[in-house]
Amino acid sequence: MQITSPSFKKNARGALSDVQLQKALGNVRLGFIDKRIKAVDALPEFDALRDSARDIKDHALAHLDLYLESYEEKVTAAGGKVHWAETAEDARKAILEICRAAGARTVTKGKSMITEEIGLNDFFVENGIRPVETDLGEYIIQLRGEHPSHIIAPAVHLNKEQVEEDFRRVHTHLPEGRDLTEPETLLAEARRVLREEYFAADVGITGANFLVAETGTSVIVTNEGNGDLTQTLPKVHIVVASIEKIVPTLDDVGQILRVLARSATGQDMSVYTTFSTGPRRQDDPDGPEEYHVILLDNGRSSMLGSEFQDMLRCIRCGACMNHCPVYHAVGGHAYGWVYPGPMGAVLTPSLIGVDKSGHLPNASTFCGRCEAVCPMHIPLPRMMRHWREREFSRRLNPATQRYGLRAWAWFARHPRLYQLVTSFAIPGLSLLAGRRGRFGYLPFAGGWTRHRDLPAPESRTFMQQWRNRETLKQGGRT
Amino acid sequence: MSGRNAILGKVRASLGAAGDDGARRKSVAGRLEAAPKGVIPARGQLGRKERIELFCQMAGKVSASVKRVKKDADVPTAVVEYLRSRNLPATVRMGADERLAAMPWEKAKSLEVTHGPAGPDDEVGVSHAYAGVAETGTLALHSGQDNPTTVNFLPEHHIVVVKAGDIAGDLETVFDRVRQTFGKGQMPRTLNLVTGPSRSGDIEQKLLLGAHGPRALHLIVVDDG
Repeated sequence: MQITSPSFKKNARGALSDVQLQKALGNVRLGFIDKRIKAVDALPEFDALRDSARDIKDHALAHLDLYLESYEEKVTAAGGKVHWAETAEDARKAILEICRAAGARTVTKGKSMITEEIGLNDFFVENGIRPVETDLGEYIIQLRGEHPSHIIAPAVHLNKEQVEEDFRRVHTHLPEGRDLTEPETLLAEARRVLREEYFAADVGITGANFLVAETGTSVIVTNEGNGDLTQTLPKVHIVVASIEKIVPTLDDVGQILRVLARSATGQDMSVYTTFSTGPRRQDDPDGPEEYHVILLDNGRSSMLGSEFQDMLRCIRCGACMNHCPVYHAVGGHAYGWVYPGPMGAVLTPSLIGVDKSGHLPNASTFCGRCEAVCPMHIPLPRMMRHWREREFSRRLNPATQRYGLRAWAWFARHPRLYQLVTSFAIPGLSLLAGRRGRFGYLPFAGGWTRHRDLPAPESRTFMQQWRNRETLKQGGRT
Repeated sequence: MSGRNAILGKVRASLGAAGDDGARRKSVAGRLEAAPKGVIPARGQLGRKERIELFCQMAGKVSASVKRVKKDADVPTAVVEYLRSRNLPATVRMGADERLAAMPWEKAKSLEVTHGPAGPDDEVGVSHAYAGVAETGTLALHSGQDNPTTVNFLPEHHIVVVKAGDIAGDLETVFDRVRQTFGKGQMPRTLNLVTGPSRSGDIEQKLLLGAHGPRALHLIVVDDG
């Protein structure tokens, strides 16, 4: 997919004035946060489980090479095949080869961010294979030629009227007068249309939430059941997963599952948690005849041992973006590549380079909610700060910003002057703002005030207030 | 093979580790062998009676319907009752599961039972669960000669028989049982953990039942089982 992260600012401006998008984003603000907190509050062990989940991933990452070896051995023993892919291109090639060998014309797909990362759908189309997304949200955005705007709710940027329009445009074989005004009727129509695709497909592709070293198992966690039909009905099942999905044992999956669904959708468990190991057994009446796993690195091995290693603990629950004020304001597409929100602001520079995505770690207020809700205790704000530092030391940000920072740094290191100037400027601004306490417009700050007010400073500087307080305290004592 | 060596090489270089490092290998082998349990929520750690009640209650919370019967022989009648209450045709699809086969289906005279993997036209599937998990109202079902996975996903209505004695407090107990049944480190092709009927919230975050899997999940819990 085309990377538009370099034009994040332009994307964000577009998003802020997109009426449909702003309406749809209301569903993120309303839906996810309450559900998560209810589920978390109902489980007294939640925080202990977060610690446990973090420790499991830390251990797995510290021994990743060895667990990958054990995992491969088990997959092979169960009759499956592991294909190692260093890059997105290697992964695409390996997948195409398997599909060609199976004579595939139609490929159904369960929801998978990793296939977004390697741009699999476009590649399939270029090579004469028809990919069909089967997750409802993914299906909708595929019809629109769009990409997911959220890692677990790919069509969260859309309203039902838009979906109706797309269904009418594409499903021309269905009667024109049918009722598609409600989500219920839209879902029923998608179910009917996709049923035929599951049976028509030659190959089914899913991602993986976990790869289990103990047993050579891939695990998917879904609510719709589309992933299961995708991997059960065609004769070939391909799992595409990145190397950091490895966990040691089934019990480790159990620990992480308990924080995954609660953090994502506020469910105790997602509806379907499916463990797949190898192809169908000799006497099995159904299931795929071939089972392949594409193990993708694509830059992750370089994150190990760096200040970004903790990011590899991410289990893609989406809690960070569900709680992010920046994501709430601009939605996922503005981030310009596969992964949006705070996790995207850290992961995207690691995978495509900070030169292309430097705006992302800067698009944060550092409010810290992402880290507070992250089930894997990933220090997202700290890692965004690391990216900002790297960006600065590589001189990637614009000259005005760099000089501005330098000027401020000089100023801040001369406290007397700093205090003198602010002691005039702060009360001045406060006076200018008047009783409203906010600015609707400020010269040189149009980028800020176009979409929101700038809060005016208190009437006195912090230092002035502090001195006052201290004086009062001492006065009180005597 | 080159991709494999390159990736493993990069991982080792980044971790500053050598592949033949004995201490690291020991740590990995130890964890795979011991499979430590971690934190088990107190919620499911109950006596048999309370555990079964919790299972039924949690299954209800995720929109499954639950019918408790006394013994195996009551199951066919319970199936017919469910079909009637939902105005469904008296036809069900099931695998060759021995536990189901041993039930007196002839008692349910009007009912037509067909066997084998499910197809696109099967409206009702019947399965026997391998286990239940009280903590979350979850069912465990596994594939095998007698248990087609398609029965769990293609029909609009999925009826699952669970023996009360197979209901565990937590997931970890079920994993242990899987290790006993299939051997440590071995798994069936598919192990399905099912928690309620299928659903989607993809359109305006409005939660709807019946996405691509069953619209309805009906559990028959056999108390004497």
